[in-house]
Amino acid sequence: MKLSAIPYSAIKALRRNTMRTLLTALGIIIGVGAVITMVGLGQGASAEVREQVNRLGQNVVLVFPGDRQLGGVSIGGGSANTLTVEDARAIRDEIPEVVASSPEVRSQRVLVYGNRNWATPVYGQSQDYLQIRDWPMESGRMFTEEEVAEAALVGVVGQTVVQELFEGADPIGETVRVRGLPIEIIGVLAPKGMSLMGSVQDDLMIIPYTTGFQRVSGRSHAMVINVQVFDEGSIPIAQEKIRDLLRERHRLAPYQDDDFTIQNQEEVAEVATETSRVMTWLLGSIAAISLFVGGIGIMNVMLVSVTERTREVGLRLAVGARAPDVLLQFLIEAVILCLLGGLGGILMGVVATELIASWAGWPALFSVEAMVLAVGVSAIVGIFFGFYPAWKASRLDPITALRRE
Amino acid sequence: MELSGITRTYDTGAVHVKALRGIDLTVEAGEFLAIMGPSGSGKSTLMNVLGCLDRPTSGRYLLDGIDVASLARSKLARVRNRTLGFVFQAFHLLPRTTARENVELPLLYREEELSWKEIHRRAARALDQVGLADRMDHTPNELSGGQKQRVAIARALVTEPRILLADEPTGNLDSRTSLEILALLQDLNEEGITILMVTHEPDVAAFTSRTVRLRDGLLRSDRRHDALAARTAISNWVDEDEDDAPHTDPTGPGPAAEAAGVDA
Ligand SMILES: Nc1ncnc2c1ncn2[C@@H]1O[C@H](COP(=O)(O)OP(=O)(O)O)[C@@H](O)[C@H]1O
Ligand SMILES: [Mg+2]
Repeated sequence: MKLSAIPYSAIKALRRNTMRTLLTALGIIIGVGAVITMVGLGQGASAEVREQVNRLGQNVVLVFPGDRQLGGVSIGGGSANTLTVEDARAIRDEIPEVVASSPEVRSQRVLVYGNRNWATPVYGQSQDYLQIRDWPMESGRMFTEEEVAEAALVGVVGQTVVQELFEGADPIGETVRVRGLPIEIIGVLAPKGMSLMGSVQDDLMIIPYTTGFQRVSGRSHAMVINVQVFDEGSIPIAQEKIRDLLRERHRLAPYQDDDFTIQNQEEVAEVATETSRVMTWLLGSIAAISLFVGGIGIMNVMLVSVTERTREVGLRLAVGARAPDVLLQFLIEAVILCLLGGLGGILMGVVATELIASWAGWPALFSVEAMVLAVGVSAIVGIFFGFYPAWKASRLDPITALRRE
Repeated sequence: MELSGITRTYDTGAVHVKALRGIDLTVEAGEFLAIMGPSGSGKSTLMNVLGCLDRPTSGRYLLDGIDVASLARSKLARVRNRTLGFVFQAFHLLPRTTARENVELPLLYREEELSWKEIHRRAARALDQVGLADRMDHTPNELSGGQKQRVAIARALVTEPRILLADEPTGNLDSRTSLEILALLQDLNEEGITILMVTHEPDVAAFTSRTVRLRDGLLRSDRRHDALAARTAISNWVDEDEDDAPHTDPTGPGPAAEAAGVDA
């Protein structure tokens, strides 16, 4: 038969019921739109994770207390009491590859300034912390080793604290109260943005760990030790040496497991990407389900269409159409319907991604592959769900079909 | 066309309807045959078998020497497309589709593909043949009943079939329009196309050259006769129209009835 006549008559048939066509395509539009959005956001997120990991600092190794599994609990959430301030100091002093270390505690505390309050995470760190994180100051200065040694009541704050507690005014020289302790602000950190897990990194105060441990957090052990290694190539050796050193310091017998976990930037990144991968899979299956539901909608409408056009089919058969011709006609119609949905879905996906990205401050990446995939998938959905109705049409008997009212 | 011992039984659950019970019929090329009979006598069933739309339950049907009763579905479709043309009582035009596109339909299913240019050309020629060259781009709901049936005839002619099958082609038309359609069929028959037409109106059958009568699935009579000229009947009608008050009762008894009276 004349193949070029098929798409023409298919489009004509679809245009005859514009509203129905649009509503049916909507199922596919939503499905494909969801796929595009998920992939766009997912890829944006992984790119962001990479970026953030790089911003984590230069050649950073993190030591967590307890036996953490890769892909397990959240970063910095160590709760076992196995890492001490002395461990941190020993790592710095006894391992040549290590240039700096900082034992960290974190606790959510209310800062009081005049009659204003602001609850923020307060970190206890060493003077080397900003160097490790590669985090510049905006104004003022970081506390010194001497101030750490004498447990001085000084601190540096992030941009959010400046905004919320000081309403944007210069806080340097001002004193805030934390758990009754007067802490003098001596520096303001440069803005840093969102963290790996989406929390605002600029909402914090950093004080010497000597003040932070007992007096502010009420803790005796580090929640994490931030370690900076001399260069990237030395990271594996440094990790090995840190492990040996800590096992020795913790007097672990050979049969005992480590009571700490060492992760480098790459491994931290993997944890984060793993999380976003799980998210992508989850959302991806939702997208797949909605495509499936959209496909059922296609099948439904095609069945209705075949029933409505029984006489047309009868006539086509009478004037010489063979079963495969009729099959192809309805199949192409379903595929065109799905492709329309696919194109609409790409459009919707791009718009939705942009909206979500700008609303959540998340970067979005569009890949041509995802779009090609979406169109391919919708064509397959069309063939899969259009086949049964088309087959049904092709099985019609010309006389019975012509007689049907 | 040669039918021998053709039967067709419909299985409708418990009941078996014997619509045809042994038809023997030979139609020569160039004939204009009317199939008559009361309602339910099996006319349409016979027509469907003749038109290769349906296969007989038993019997032999030779079309151009080929036994089509045993052909596969897709082979029958080829025969329908190449050799036969259909005209239905209910026209069966595709709605919201122009006359030209309706006429082009059978050409789309030809075994040997034609160029679009050729398809358009042939459709235009077929529409010209039925006198609708100026209605090519009209959709069925913009056409009168007679015009619709002309489009349907053009659609049947466009493949240049040797046999035209028409199941009550005038059943939905008024007398005047019926006459015009019959005149058209007579012209086509004169050009050499074999025509088989089902009708239950004697005055319509009068315009053919042979009439067979069916009753209860069997052929009861077969009579050859001279065809009344539909053209003459129309001109008589026009004359009368001019005598009478014009257009008072277009559906009233027309000259076709009178003509049949003359024949009886
Ligand atoms: N598809 C069918 N299923 C069952 N019975 C049918 C079918 N088509 C026709 N018949 C029966 O066959 C007989 C002949 O029908 P038909 O050929 O349509 O008669 P006609 O066209 O002469 O009025 C009728 O009794 C009718 O009820
Ligand atoms: Mg009938």
